[in-house]
Amino acid sequence: MSKTLLEIKNLTTSFRIGEEYYAAVDDVSLNLQENEVLAIVGESGSGKSATAFSLMGLHNRAKIEGEILFKGRDIANLPASKMNKIRGNEISMIFQDPLTALNPLMEIGKQIGEVLLLHKKDMSKQERRDYSIQLLERVGLPRPERVVDQFPHELSGGMRQRVIIAIAIANKPELLIADEPTTALDVTIQAQILDLMRELKDDLNSGVILITHDLGVVAEMADRVAVMYAGQIVEIADVESLFVNPQHPYTRSLLSSVPATDFAQDRLHVIQGIVPSLKNLPREGCRFKERIPWIEDTAHEEDPQLHEISENHYVRCTCYQHFYFPEESKEEQANGVTES
Amino acid sequence: MWKFIVRRLIITMPQLIVLSLVVFILASMMPGDALTGQIDPNISPEAIEQQRERLGLNNPWYIQYGDWVTGVAQGDFGQSYRFKMPVTDLMWDRMVNTFWLSLISVFFIYALGIPMGIISGRWNDKLIDQLITGYTYLGFATPLFIFALVTLWVFGFQFGWFPTGGSVASGLEPGSLEFILSKIHHLLLPGLSIALIGLVGTVQYLRSEIVDTKQKDFIITARAKGAPEQRVYNRHIFRNSVLPIAAFFGYEITMLITGSIFVEQIYSYPGMGALFIESILLRDYAVVTALVLLFGLAAILGALLSDIILSIVDPRIRIK
Repeated sequence: MSKTLLEIKNLTTSFRIGEEYYAAVDDVSLNLQENEVLAIVGESGSGKSATAFSLMGLHNRAKIEGEILFKGRDIANLPASKMNKIRGNEISMIFQDPLTALNPLMEIGKQIGEVLLLHKKDMSKQERRDYSIQLLERVGLPRPERVVDQFPHELSGGMRQRVIIAIAIANKPELLIADEPTTALDVTIQAQILDLMRELKDDLNSGVILITHDLGVVAEMADRVAVMYAGQIVEIADVESLFVNPQHPYTRSLLSSVPATDFAQDRLHVIQGIVPSLKNLPREGCRFKERIPWIEDTAHEEDPQLHEISENHYVRCTCYQHFYFPEESKEEQANGVTES
Repeated sequence: MWKFIVRRLIITMPQLIVLSLVVFILASMMPGDALTGQIDPNISPEAIEQQRERLGLNNPWYIQYGDWVTGVAQGDFGQSYRFKMPVTDLMWDRMVNTFWLSLISVFFIYALGIPMGIISGRWNDKLIDQLITGYTYLGFATPLFIFALVTLWVFGFQFGWFPTGGSVASGLEPGSLEFILSKIHHLLLPGLSIALIGLVGTVQYLRSEIVDTKQKDFIITARAKGAPEQRVYNRHIFRNSVLPIAAFFGYEITMLITGSIFVEQIYSYPGMGALFIESILLRDYAVVTALVLLFGLAAILGALLSDIILSIVDPRIRIK
C-alpha cells in the first residue's frame, strides 16, 4: 500500500472582486498517493488551475481556506519564507506555455541553476552548471553542453518545455504539478513530452497532479481523474471507470464532445452555454443545471453532495440518474451509453 | 559587433550630407546676412558690396555650400562674424560646458528616476505610487523653461544657495580644487532642474514596464522555483523592465544636448545652447550651421548608441 502524499481537505480559494470574495475553488477535497497521477479535468474557468496555484501558494491576493496536507503538514497559508523552501524543491510545477515561462534574458543554464542555488546551497557554480547539463541530457535535449549557454529564444517550443521540466525535476520533487503541460505544443511533441513525464515520474517516484482539458492526455497518463466544474469536483473515479462508465452529465458531455476517430459522426456534441464567470457562478443547487435545461428541475438535489456510486467513484448531485442527451430519446438513454 | 558599428557609421554619412544641405539652405534663406545692420552707416554701400563679393556672399548657394563643405571636411567651420574668431575655437569651450551639464543631468535623471520608477512599479496603486505618479503628471505639464526660471529665482536669488549665472567663479586657477568645486556648484542647479523635469518620462516608462513584467509567466516560474520576492524583483522583473530605458539612453542624451538650449539661456550658462540662440539673433550663420550640424550629429550618434546598448542588454537582438 503506497503512502498518502497529499491530502486536500475542503480547499476553498476565493478572489476579491470589488468588495466581496468569490470562490473559484469551492470546497475541494482530494488526495494523492506516491507515484500516482491524478488528473484534474475541466473547461477553462472550472477552477482547475486555481487549485494548482493554491497548492503552490502562488496566488497573490486570494483567500485560501481549508487544509492542504503535504506529507502530513498543512501548507495552506504558509508564510512565503517557509513556502519558498518547499516550492521548487519538494513540490514543483510545469507550466502551460513554454514560450513565455522562461526568462528571455537569462541563459538556460542559469535558469536551471537558479533552482539549485535556491535549494542546494552547498553546490558550487561549476557543480550547478555540470548538473544543469546532466538535467538537460536527462530530459532528452540534444547537445546539452551547448544548450546550457543558449537563450530561450534560440530553442523551439518543445525544447523549452523540456527545459521547464528540467527545472521542475532539478531537486527531485515528491510532488509535481503539471498545468496543461502539452496544450501549447504540437501533437507529435505532446506525445514525447508525456512519455518523458511518465518516465521521470517513475524514476523519482513522485506524485503528479495533471491539470488538463485534453481527455486524450488523461487517458494516456492518469491513474485517477477528478472532473471539475464551476469550482467544484463533480465526479472523481479511476481512469477506467471514468472513461467506461461516466456518470455525471458534465463528464458525459465532455466525453461526447471529443470527436471520435473510429466512426463517422454527423454532429459533434456541444455543451450548451458557457462556463459562468466567477462572479455569476450559481452558488446554490446543481451548478450544471443551467447547461442541461432539458432535464427536469426535480432531478437535481437541492444541496448537491458527492455520492459514492461504486468503490472510489464519486458523483455530485442526483441529476446523473435522469440525464440523457437531447439528441437521444429517453429509451435509448435507458440502454446506457454505448459508443463512448 | 565592430562590423555593425562601422556599417552604421557609414550609413550615417548620407544622413549627414542631407542634414548639412538642409541646414545650409535654411540658413541662407534667412533674411539678411552678417553685413546687414552691423556696419557703420557711414560706410558706402559700394564698399559693403565689395566686402560681400570678397566674402563670397554674392555667389549662388551651391558654390557657397561647396566652399563651406570643403572647409568643414578640413575641420574649419569658418569665422564667427560676431566673435571674430574661428567657429571651431569658439565652440570648443562651449561644447565642454554643455557636455558637463548634460552629464550631470543624465546622472540625476537616472539616479533619481530609476529608484522612483522601481518603487512606483513595485508598489503600484499604493499611496507611494500615487505620489510619484502625481509628480510625473505635474512634471509633464510643467515647461522646463518655466521650472528653470522658478528654481533660479527661489534657490539662486531668494536663498542664494547657488550662483545665478556663468559656468565658474572668476579668478580661480583652472585645474585647482576650488575651480572644480566652483564648476560643480554652477552645474548643480541647472542640472537638477533639467533632471527633475526630464526624469518623468523615465519614471513612467519604468513603472509601466515593471507593472507589465510582474504579470509575465516567467515571473510565476521564478516564484515557483522558490525564489524570495527580493530576488524575483532584482533578477527577473527589474532586468526585463529596464530594457526600454536602456534603449532610450542614446536619445535621452541627444534630447538633453538640444534641450539645454533654453535652460542655458535662463541660467546664463555659457554652453552651446546659449551660443545657438545668440548666433541666430545676430545672424552669425557660420556658428548656426555648425551648431545645427553638431546637434544633428549628436542625434544620429545617439540613435546608434541606443542600438548598441540594446544589443548588449537584450540577447534577442544580438548583433552578429
